[in-house]
Amino acid sequence: MAFSYDASGELIAQVNQAIADRTPLNIQGSGSKAFLGRPVDGRVLDTRAHRGIVTYDPTELVITVRAGTSLLELDRALDEAGQMLPCEPPRLGEGATVGGMIAAGLSGPRRPWSGSVRDFVLGSRAITGEGKHLRFGGEVMKNVAGYDLSRLMAASFGCLGVLTEVSLKVLPKPRLTRNLRIEMDVQRALQNLAEWGQQPVPISAASYDGGALHLRLEGGEGSVNAACDRFGGDELDVGYWDDLNEQRLAFFRDPRPLWRLSLPNATPPLALPGEQLIDWGGAQRWLKSDAEATAIRAIASEVGGSATCFTAGATDSPFQPLSAALLRYHRQLKAALDPHGIFNPGRMYAEV
Amino acid sequence: MNILYDERVDGALPKVDKADLLAELQRELPDLEILHRTEDLRPYECDGLSAYRTTPMLVVLPERVEQVEAILKLCHRRGVPVVARGAGTGLSGGALPLEQGVLLGMARFNKILEVNPQGRYARVQPGVRNLAISQAAAPFELYYAPDPSSQIACSIGGNVAENAGGVHCLKYGLTVHNLLKVEILTVEGERMTLGSDALDAPGFDLLALFTGSEGMLGIVTEVTVKLLPKPQVAKVLLASFDSVEKAGRAVGDIIAAGIIPGGLEMMDNLAIRAAEDFIRAGYPVEAEAILLCELDGVEADVRDDVERVRQVLDAAGATEVRLAKDEAERIKFWAGRKNAFPAVGRISPDYYCMDGTIPRRELPGVLKGIADLSAEYGLRVANVFHAGDGNMHPLILFDANTEGELERAEALGGKILELCVKVGGSITGEHGVGREKINQMCAQFNADELTTFHAVKAAFDPTGLLNPGKNIPTLHRCAEFGGMHVHGGQLPFPELERF
Repeated sequence: MAFSYDASGELIAQVNQAIADRTPLNIQGSGSKAFLGRPVDGRVLDTRAHRGIVTYDPTELVITVRAGTSLLELDRALDEAGQMLPCEPPRLGEGATVGGMIAAGLSGPRRPWSGSVRDFVLGSRAITGEGKHLRFGGEVMKNVAGYDLSRLMAASFGCLGVLTEVSLKVLPKPRLTRNLRIEMDVQRALQNLAEWGQQPVPISAASYDGGALHLRLEGGEGSVNAACDRFGGDELDVGYWDDLNEQRLAFFRDPRPLWRLSLPNATPPLALPGEQLIDWGGAQRWLKSDAEATAIRAIASEVGGSATCFTAGATDSPFQPLSAALLRYHRQLKAALDPHGIFNPGRMYAEV
Repeated sequence: MNILYDERVDGALPKVDKADLLAELQRELPDLEILHRTEDLRPYECDGLSAYRTTPMLVVLPERVEQVEAILKLCHRRGVPVVARGAGTGLSGGALPLEQGVLLGMARFNKILEVNPQGRYARVQPGVRNLAISQAAAPFELYYAPDPSSQIACSIGGNVAENAGGVHCLKYGLTVHNLLKVEILTVEGERMTLGSDALDAPGFDLLALFTGSEGMLGIVTEVTVKLLPKPQVAKVLLASFDSVEKAGRAVGDIIAAGIIPGGLEMMDNLAIRAAEDFIRAGYPVEAEAILLCELDGVEADVRDDVERVRQVLDAAGATEVRLAKDEAERIKFWAGRKNAFPAVGRISPDYYCMDGTIPRRELPGVLKGIADLSAEYGLRVANVFHAGDGNMHPLILFDANTEGELERAEALGGKILELCVKVGGSITGEHGVGREKINQMCAQFNADELTTFHAVKAAFDPTGLLNPGKNIPTLHRCAEFGGMHVHGGQLPFPELERF
């Protein structure tokens, strides 16, 4: 039986203490994504004691969980009800927590078709930089009361508050899933994906590994089987997508730094300085490269995208730098929500 | 109910000299169209919430981003409030003007800049109508998913400002889920890009923060939306029930069967009768409730799902289940629902449309509560409900020419929204807070939460010149009007003085 405990009182006390001593906090779950972003010099605030599923009614398609709950526990509960969190966030470590999942905002192979982590956030509770425990959004699908601070929390790396609880939209699992591996060159693969993207085809994952296009088809029996007949190729082992999402494929063992390029749909094949692996139907490209950050970013920017370094210490600014205007508003927003600058200072950008 | 700007509780506004401002605008922007005569200003004195009107000091109708930039810089320098307006179809008074401010009409930005089928996006100016995007994408078998019922008239800039929804949200999401990028101008007239052409962008998710921010944080000057492939087929089932509880339970049963309908709508008897009388959609007028369940996608899947849903509806106690036999009948079934508002308008001199959301399981209790309130206030209420996503639109029937009825309708509406909050819902699902629900925000959020919202606003607009008085109430307003809602003998915001 999963353990449930409300430790919000302790967390608030630690935040208030940090405000009182003006000591920055390094907010952590299991640390499974600690490699991402810049190092934080601060007192560790461990959220894992604050855990458990608060409410889950499958027919409402909403689950409310405390931030310290493990992703495995969340997945297990959803699985038992035949449901899922469609954005399939990677764990990148056994102990990965819900709080870390929201803070990092990483989404898995289904992202282009299902939406991202933030797209499934309906509401949240967070401790602010004034030590207040507040609630934003809610447990309903549609809610436009007040500013959308819940979705803002996603991918903010704990820089705007300590997330304590989140309500997520969940969906029924598809009735049928089939996986295909079709050999072709990269030009053809990306061309096909751009074409199929305009058609009602039940693709829910598409990756290219240098030799073959890997497809996942999900939906009703009729549409999935028809698509498989149309595309041909071989059955692909179902474990491929988890191995891709959890970075266990051989590609990720290359010792060079790992970069993630986020690019517009239908971006053609790019000559990148290193080895690459294509995901998200072409909109996300993993790169193993020793090249300079500026060179990699120039290629991504040129086609309207951005690049993030996924290897700790490989560059001083793992996230793509912001324009001067954007950076100023980031600082002002940070100051508004965290006036004492205690939440993960510098995790995303040195100045924020 | 004190909807109009009240400096006593909403904060003092800067004093602006109209002649002086007009002269400066004319000097700096000689080719800008500026309306300043009372008769020219009148069409702009309200948006879709027409019960409330304020004549703006000036209306400016720019056609180029450079003009908007210059207007904002000038207004910022002089401390002049600016209220942005798209097509003016908003239902919460979000574009209600200020006597002491400039109304910035963005309707002339009506060009579709690019439709890119391979990239599955459209880049458009903010004044482009919602439906026009889908029409422009139609030759490529693509469309823009969010479809608010005003889609024929409402503009995409307004959709971004309100995070507009529609009848297909459960499956296809709200505006926020269907945007890639917006270009904005800050209150200082500085350009910024939020989001990107890729699926995510570096930094905080300011695109999410701006979506639904009601023109309080910046002015949208360009929008890039996602386009989706059109579903191959859509089929609609019409199910009748002899009680609203049974219909409500059937909704949960459909979802429990693992089916996410493209649309799932419910209407109660009063709404059914009004719609049938108006549209002749073939609705069963004796039914206490009907459900319209649309299934869309690939043909083979839809055929299977129709059978599954039919079985679920039968098991849930539907007295009749009909599948629209062809496209013409499908459109007719929907026409009844889509015209429910004007249909109600035919049986009552006026109606007031509410927009609360609730967890679906609370539906029977909330409908009972609404019926009790309806009896207490002596006003009829027709219920139409986006059942799939818990968004209710109770329509309060009243006659504005009868002394006191408007006030009674508003009071009843306020009670309904408080009921939504009490069961864990929200005072607004898709229409926005604007001025209309400014007092109910005090029931939805506590003083610390509202203070946090004000801090966010100040991070983008420290002097509060963009759309003052909308979206987030001052604590003084809550002390004064939130004070009507006394919980357990405790006044909210006890530390504040009462006017």
